Amino acid sequence: MFFRKVIITIIVLFSNQVFAQDISANEILKKIDANLSADNQVISSKMVIHGKRGDRTVESKSWTEGTEKSFTEYLAPARDKGTKMLKLGDQLWMYSPGTDRTIQISGHMLRQSVMGSDLSYEDMMEDDKLHEVYDAVIAGRDTLENTVCWILELTATEKDLAYPKRKLWADQKRFIPLREELYAKSGTLLKRIDFKDVRSIDGRWYPTRMIFKDVLKEGQGTEFIVDDITFNQDIPAYIFSKASLKK
Amino acid sequence: MGAGLRTWLNVLVLSFSFVIIIWHRGILDGWNHQAEVDTINWEIGGGIYWHEKYDPYDPFTLTDSHGPVPYQLKKEINAGNLEPILISQATIYPDGHMQTVLLKGIDPEQMILALPTAPLDTMINEIPAVIGTRMAKSIKLKTGDYMTVRWRDVNGVFDAADIRIVGVFKTNVPSVDNGQIWLPLDRLQKMMQMPDEATIIVAAKEVSEPILTSSWEFKDHDFLLSDLTEMIRSKSIGGSIMYIILLLLAMLAIFDTQVLSIFRRQREIGTHMALGMTRGQVIRLFTVEGAMHGILAALIAAIYGIPFLYWQSVAGLSMPAGTDDMGMAVAEKILPVYSVGLVISTTLIVLIVVTIVSFLPTRRIAKMNPTEAIKGKVI
Repeated sequence: MFFRKVIITIIVLFSNQVFAQDISANEILKKIDANLSADNQVISSKMVIHGKRGDRTVESKSWTEGTEKSFTEYLAPARDKGTKMLKLGDQLWMYSPGTDRTIQISGHMLRQSVMGSDLSYEDMMEDDKLHEVYDAVIAGRDTLENTVCWILELTATEKDLAYPKRKLWADQKRFIPLREELYAKSGTLLKRIDFKDVRSIDGRWYPTRMIFKDVLKEGQGTEFIVDDITFNQDIPAYIFSKASLKK
Repeated sequence: MGAGLRTWLNVLVLSFSFVIIIWHRGILDGWNHQAEVDTINWEIGGGIYWHEKYDPYDPFTLTDSHGPVPYQLKKEINAGNLEPILISQATIYPDGHMQTVLLKGIDPEQMILALPTAPLDTMINEIPAVIGTRMAKSIKLKTGDYMTVRWRDVNGVFDAADIRIVGVFKTNVPSVDNGQIWLPLDRLQKMMQMPDEATIIVAAKEVSEPILTSSWEFKDHDFLLSDLTEMIRSKSIGGSIMYIILLLLAMLAIFDTQVLSIFRRQREIGTHMALGMTRGQVIRLFTVEGAMHGILAALIAAIYGIPFLYWQSVAGLSMPAGTDDMGMAVAEKILPVYSVGLVISTTLIVLIVVTIVSFLPTRRIAKMNPTEAIKGKVI
């Protein structure tokens, strides 16, 4: 009886080990992309910017289709209400109700932070599927918030990616990143993102709170809280047009 | 002289106008001269070849405004007659805040610009950098300090490294100082993945016949200094309001004196006319008398003005701290420049205005009846 238990335990442990070893880093990335990406998504969210003079909360609603199209309308605070942003491919437009004008954001302006947050316009625009533009290897294992993770090291396969190296802590069960670190070419750590409050939504795991931190900058970072998210909705085509900015 | 104390008061105010106009215009000319010399020495040399997409007033163009140094200019660069400079944007984090800066790459051994680039010629692990005093003050750095710089290379890939300040220079030209970090050209080219590329190429001496290349345009002094000239001109207009007011006061006093003089000397005027002088001749007489105020004022102005103006040209006028943060070259001390043309033109302007003002009241004489005038009846 004792031997039977030992043998079963060994088999179970061995099979887990085999399973863990079996899956490649790139397959993990694919599974992560499958969780985070959808044909389209509609998100109502809050961005809490922790600044030196206190916190500021910006509420918005975004419609996103694939990686190319995105439309965001800011709902609060009052001074940002009505500001809209449209991303089409590698172009970004912003409508400001105060001036009733639409401007294209390009060049150095893309590097400015969005509403004083730790996110730049460029960061908002970069949402390629990770497995399509990075090559990954499993560099180790770690435990984050009592969750066993793989540590993946990602190296860009394209020469024009903003972050040539990334480190990603992937939840071994739910295939969700719990932490991501973005590195410069020289290896300097530039940004850290912590993914929290992972929930099951429409059959997929999704982090509903993300904390972005520009590590070169002082401060507590910026929290991105998902209040509501729906996937694969019927989004009318006009949403992703410049005309909708002024509506 | 007939008006006694009033004459001397008129002459004194007029002489002030003389001295202040010459001094003020001398200061502006001196400022203009110094600003031009400093801008040439520190920034534009004998003119600049701009990459065709470069526009210093449009930061959007910076990402694309770089290209290989044209082979036609390489010989001149090797001879030390041209200096390529690469410009790109980066982000620094002074006090933990994000700040966009311009990185400018220049050959440490260059001799064309007054920028002290020699300290860049050093072998250290970090990237050596020199900055101006304004930049050093704004980012709170001094020689020997380190700072992390983040940039994106030609492919848009983020990179970051530490720079070390190896020198802080003081200049009157804020456009080579504010928001800028100077690095060795080869290091910046490597950082940006832009080997042998530049954004601008500065000439050592004024170029009369620029070398024509397909993607580079030569900008001469007239073009590069036009903003400076325009700014000085607007300053000159603003400043002239002060001496126009002073001149108006003097003119009002002269006008008043002339009116009073004609009133008091009616009998004299009547006698002149009775003795056969035409009205025109009498008007001329009084106009010349009035105009003499101007000449007397010029003499008085010379007595105290020449030593004062000379002292100013030697001692200079100290500019308040921070004046040069306005965006143009301003020396700590401005030495006024007085040209012969300036003195002659100012004298002529004042004399002509005094003559006109002296003439205006004398037109009353034309209406006078000699008999009534001799009787002393009020006109």
